[in-house]
Amino acid sequence: MNKVLIIVATLLSPVMAWGVESTTYPNDEIEIDWDDKASMQRGARTFVNYCMSCHSAAYSRYNRVGQDLGISDEQVLENLVFTTDVNGEKTKVGELMKATMTPEYAEKAFGVVPLDLSLIARSRGVNWLYNYLRAFHVDESNPLGMDNSVLPVAMPHVLVELQGYQKAKKVTRVKRINNKDVEYEVIVGFDLIKPGSQSKAEYDQTVYDLVGFLDYLSEPYRQTRIDVGKGVIIFLLIFLVLVYFLKKEFWKDIH
Amino acid sequence: MSDNSSKNGIMGWIDARFPLTKMWEEHLSKYYAPKNFNFWYFFGSLALLVLVIQIVTGIFLTMHYKPDGDLAFISVEYIMRDVDWGWLIRYLHSTGSSAFFIVVYLHMFRGVMYGSYQKPRELIWLFGMFIYLALMAEAFMGYLLPWGQMSYWGAQVIISLFGAIPVIGDDLTLWIRGDFVIADATLHRFFALHVVAVPLVLIMLVVMHILALHEVGSNNPEGIEIKKYKDEDGNPLDGIPFHPYYSVKDLVGVVVFLILFSVVVFFMPEMGGYFLEHANFVPANQYQTPEHIAPVWYFTPYYAILRAVPDKLIGVILMFAAIFMLFILPWIDRGKVHSIRYRSTSFKWLLAMLVVSFVGLGYLGALPLSDIRTFFARVYSIGYFGFFLGLWWISKNEKTKPVPERIQ
Repeated sequence: MNKVLIIVATLLSPVMAWGVESTTYPNDEIEIDWDDKASMQRGARTFVNYCMSCHSAAYSRYNRVGQDLGISDEQVLENLVFTTDVNGEKTKVGELMKATMTPEYAEKAFGVVPLDLSLIARSRGVNWLYNYLRAFHVDESNPLGMDNSVLPVAMPHVLVELQGYQKAKKVTRVKRINNKDVEYEVIVGFDLIKPGSQSKAEYDQTVYDLVGFLDYLSEPYRQTRIDVGKGVIIFLLIFLVLVYFLKKEFWKDIH
Repeated sequence: MSDNSSKNGIMGWIDARFPLTKMWEEHLSKYYAPKNFNFWYFFGSLALLVLVIQIVTGIFLTMHYKPDGDLAFISVEYIMRDVDWGWLIRYLHSTGSSAFFIVVYLHMFRGVMYGSYQKPRELIWLFGMFIYLALMAEAFMGYLLPWGQMSYWGAQVIISLFGAIPVIGDDLTLWIRGDFVIADATLHRFFALHVVAVPLVLIMLVVMHILALHEVGSNNPEGIEIKKYKDEDGNPLDGIPFHPYYSVKDLVGVVVFLILFSVVVFFMPEMGGYFLEHANFVPANQYQTPEHIAPVWYFTPYYAILRAVPDKLIGVILMFAAIFMLFILPWIDRGKVHSIRYRSTSFKWLLAMLVVSFVGLGYLGALPLSDIRTFFARVYSIGYFGFFLGLWWISKNEKTKPVPERIQ
């Protein structure tokens, strides 16, 4: 039987090795520290100040964010809630996090309603977001004057006053397709041509904080999930010992 | 059981009106199972456990879920965020669906390995295959309900397969969807089928599966009948009562299963995008096709067979044939020896080929197409069907080892 198993494993191995390589720049990886509440609070501030003019996080409530990130309702109202309802009254702390602009207005202004960002970290992943928000670069041929090397431009670079303007460093590469050499350009780096209010390290930190907040926002109950999970596993392990000896006791006279 | 009627007390009162003690004895305390069940025999009772998990969590999800094209996605996120323990109920249900297939695939593999489908257990196998079919329908319709991009486009792809059927194809897809595209009408009917119709069928089939099993008795890793040798009371010498022996043994299996299940539910509910696909966190959008549409992992072997064939109709036929082959397995296998322990080396090789092909197809079905992958998908498809053809061929005059009379 062992011989068969080895051959099975060998036969499957070539299939496992074919990965699809990503070639976009930047292609950095980050690890979100879920215990770093200060980072997530900074991310929340960036989110409500820069993102929420257009984007909602309408599956999420302000006070839930406050509770989870250790901010009181008063502080939430003061620092995170900048929107009003249609009558001009300030949004209440228990309400859903809806964008400043109404979907109807956004539809008129952009032609589409900007994505709801509640779940963006789960659909795109934190690495993608971290790279995307650092990949805007000047491109005169583009109607917005900017392009993005991770996802061809879909939105203006709202954090440009922080990051500043950067230009893409490109190199030409050659690839053989159908017996013909095809030249194509790849982005290998960025040069800062007009600095923003933050240094590169500061901006990376800002984006990291923001992505951390989005990661939290995509699964606000995650910490509870993990805490409950540890208890459940410990209980089951103890229970396993008991049922194992119960089984042994019942089976001792069976041969 | 005539002595039951003479019993006093509540049990006597009930037994005079309902065969409670009789059923208890027939299916548990006096159901004699072979004493040599091994690891592979945990998965039947585990499948029953997962069915219960799915029904209970499903009931609670139904209390908060809204089967409406505009509200479905939002209501799922509402369950995840605002309903007390809603995230737990939903993750139990989503992990449960994958766990169901893992357990059922292992249960089926056990059946093939030890010849549990062979005479006289053909009907048990058939009922089991209908359970598998109902389970696939249940999972497919359930996957539409979160109304994410992958729910929507996955359903679009699978329903469009019926369009390949000549003459009636287009009308048939229209009839299934209730609209020209997947829409509110489709969601409503899938909800009805997922929570009422298919579960009823499933439960009925499970009852038939177990009744048929308890009629003929369980197979075992030796593949021999324990009913041949009985003691003076008429009980099999190599059998032991299911309760308490296998109820306590299965309890160990249940707890081990629950530990693994909990690891997924609490620490990796997306299972790297295989149990919950990343694209399904984007609401369904009929104007935007995702870059890569892949069915959930438990359908990918069949999906890979479909894609391996250039012609759509033939692909669909082969895909359904792949499932149909399993149905007729008891009649494909002409062998007399049940267990892999006493079957020929060719059988072992064929079974290894089936496993490699099925796992390989499942892996390829989840990936985007490329030339080399299509090539391998074809090889594995031939391997998959090759098992059934090969089995039919070798089982006529198979060189088997001598089978023992009794379980050692």
